[in-house]
Amino acid sequence: MKLLWFHLMPYTRLPEDFAERHPSVWVDIDSRLFDPALAHDMYNDFMDELEYAAEMGFDGVCVNEHHQNGYGLMPSPNLIASTLARRTRDAAIVVMGNSLALYNPPTRVAEEMAMLDCISGGRLVAGFPVGTPMDTCFAYGQNPSQLRQRYHEAHDLIVKAWQTPEPFAWNGRWSKLRYVNVWPRPIQRPHPPIWIPGGGSIETWRWCAEKDYVYSYLSYFGYKLGKATMNGFWQEMERLGKEPNPYRAGFLQFVGVAETRAEAMDLYREAAEYFYGRCLHVDARYAAPPGYSSEATLRARVQSQVVQAAQRASSDRRTYAAPSFEDIVEQGFVIVGSPDEVADQLREVATDLRVGQLMLLLQFGNMSRQLTLHNTELFAKRVLPQLRDLWDDDWENRWWPRPLAASERRVPREAPRS
Amino acid sequence: MSAPSERRVRLPRGGEARVLEKGEGPPLCFLGGLRGLPRWPAFLDRLAARRHVIAPSLPGFFGATGHQDLDDLADWIAAALDLIEACDAAGADLVGASVGGLLAAEIAAFSRASVRRLALIAPFGLFDEREPIADVFALRRSEVAGMLCADPATYEAFLAMPEAEDEIEWQVLCARAEEAAARLLWPFGDLGLRKRLHRIAAPTLLVWGARDRVLPATYAKRFADGLGGLVQIRSVENAGHMAELDAPATVADAVLTFLG
Repeated sequence: MKLLWFHLMPYTRLPEDFAERHPSVWVDIDSRLFDPALAHDMYNDFMDELEYAAEMGFDGVCVNEHHQNGYGLMPSPNLIASTLARRTRDAAIVVMGNSLALYNPPTRVAEEMAMLDCISGGRLVAGFPVGTPMDTCFAYGQNPSQLRQRYHEAHDLIVKAWQTPEPFAWNGRWSKLRYVNVWPRPIQRPHPPIWIPGGGSIETWRWCAEKDYVYSYLSYFGYKLGKATMNGFWQEMERLGKEPNPYRAGFLQFVGVAETRAEAMDLYREAAEYFYGRCLHVDARYAAPPGYSSEATLRARVQSQVVQAAQRASSDRRTYAAPSFEDIVEQGFVIVGSPDEVADQLREVATDLRVGQLMLLLQFGNMSRQLTLHNTELFAKRVLPQLRDLWDDDWENRWWPRPLAASERRVPREAPRS
Repeated sequence: MSAPSERRVRLPRGGEARVLEKGEGPPLCFLGGLRGLPRWPAFLDRLAARRHVIAPSLPGFFGATGHQDLDDLADWIAAALDLIEACDAAGADLVGASVGGLLAAEIAAFSRASVRRLALIAPFGLFDEREPIADVFALRRSEVAGMLCADPATYEAFLAMPEAEDEIEWQVLCARAEEAAARLLWPFGDLGLRKRLHRIAAPTLLVWGARDRVLPATYAKRFADGLGGLVQIRSVENAGHMAELDAPATVADAVLTFLG
């Protein structure tokens, strides 16, 4: 199994009464709450944490894209990924990812990701999310009824641009380009592995199967609620006659490790309650713009986890109560315990959900750098070795980067100290 | 109030659209508002007492599909022109509400011969940053009715599921109409109509609910200032954005008087 270290980069200083006094953490979050000098510290802490995780032996480090969002300080994950490409040696650089419909022309994504692949020596995983309604339709003004059409065309264009040796003309419905000729090109041929972060729509599952991409369910609500979605995914794979290779599937899980479960309950309470109480305080007005979900999805009553989050958080703000840490743990949003307990539980989760690419959120909410490094170290030294062998005897990970040999990859010169 | 007749017309680019019709007299074509026509409203019934009312469904709004093939305003205008020609309403008086008002104005600007006289009920199409349009696509469920109508019960009754409808399918039809409107309007910037208003030669009535919470009533003056021909503004008390639902008799009578 691959174990990946995922950072959302939450702003860690939202006030205690944030959920009572502000309508939303997303889209129209009060910019007066943002202190750029504090953000200087946060960004540098967060990047240290990602680099540390790579050093400690996580298989990959993950970044993602959000806009006008108090729990995601990465409007451009590619900026962070480019520093990780220089400051890490072997870890996969997993950009989860670029919301394709937001880039005009979409060849911008093909270019930047090719740059990342070249700089990192072929360590890039290219994540292609549609993007949440908050990011795409509200913050970036994309038309919700056109978003998926634009996304699919952008995908086709990017993948073609990576693989076609000659300049070509693209007369798409949404992009018209007379000379497509991406320069640079990615190291990985025919292109970096493509992972699709998605909600629970059956169309996405089918599309991942058709294209042979990794489907990644990035839920904030843990393995208990995630199980129904992953079951649906695997049933669909079986129906389509796809091999049940667990590396087809990615899943995100929050984890807090300590010497004992009691200590973990103590250490991670504040950060978890901050995340589920303040960071997920999303105004329901932004969760479901008309046309964002397909009619098939509406019919199936399958809604993305973001919509659920938003509805959970503020369908009726007056009665909304942030969950307590006991609820958070009880419902499986966060797995806490001693290293052995966490390893046992994650082995069970990964087996049960049949996940080969397991993404861990070991920093969440307002967790300090010190606690994050502690959590990461304990996980890397005492949990990760217990899980690494899972699946490897039976399945090949065909969706993992194929970098240049380590001996061929350049090492940056030492940074000046003064 | 008796039911209208219903027929389907074939469209030149493929597909069909529902056309509701009622009444005798000179033809009057109506293009519906944000939700289209989930049912025949009292407003159209009152118009049908004196006119031959023809109410075709725009793409995506109850009775027609095809909105997902329309990519920009030009596509929508062409589709609307195809539609009024297909139901033999070209050259008639044209009445449009909200989204339908935007397309009615565009038809009048691009195809003067298609419109005799024009009545617009709180049309979209202009945007002034100093007085922004409300975002009708970012509402909590409980806010919608009060945002669109002065009396929320009026809106609820208009959208209530008819007996014998399948609940899931009805919700899909409602969602489809919302999507069609969003496909045309999102993200609410100026759609360019401002630069074409002067081309509208048809005498034009602007009807505005005094309690319109979506398009402030001051937008009536913005429209009037840009229009090329004869213009009248009629403000309707106790009516919201869907003034034709809140005050059917007042709005219908104002329209009939103006159209003559």
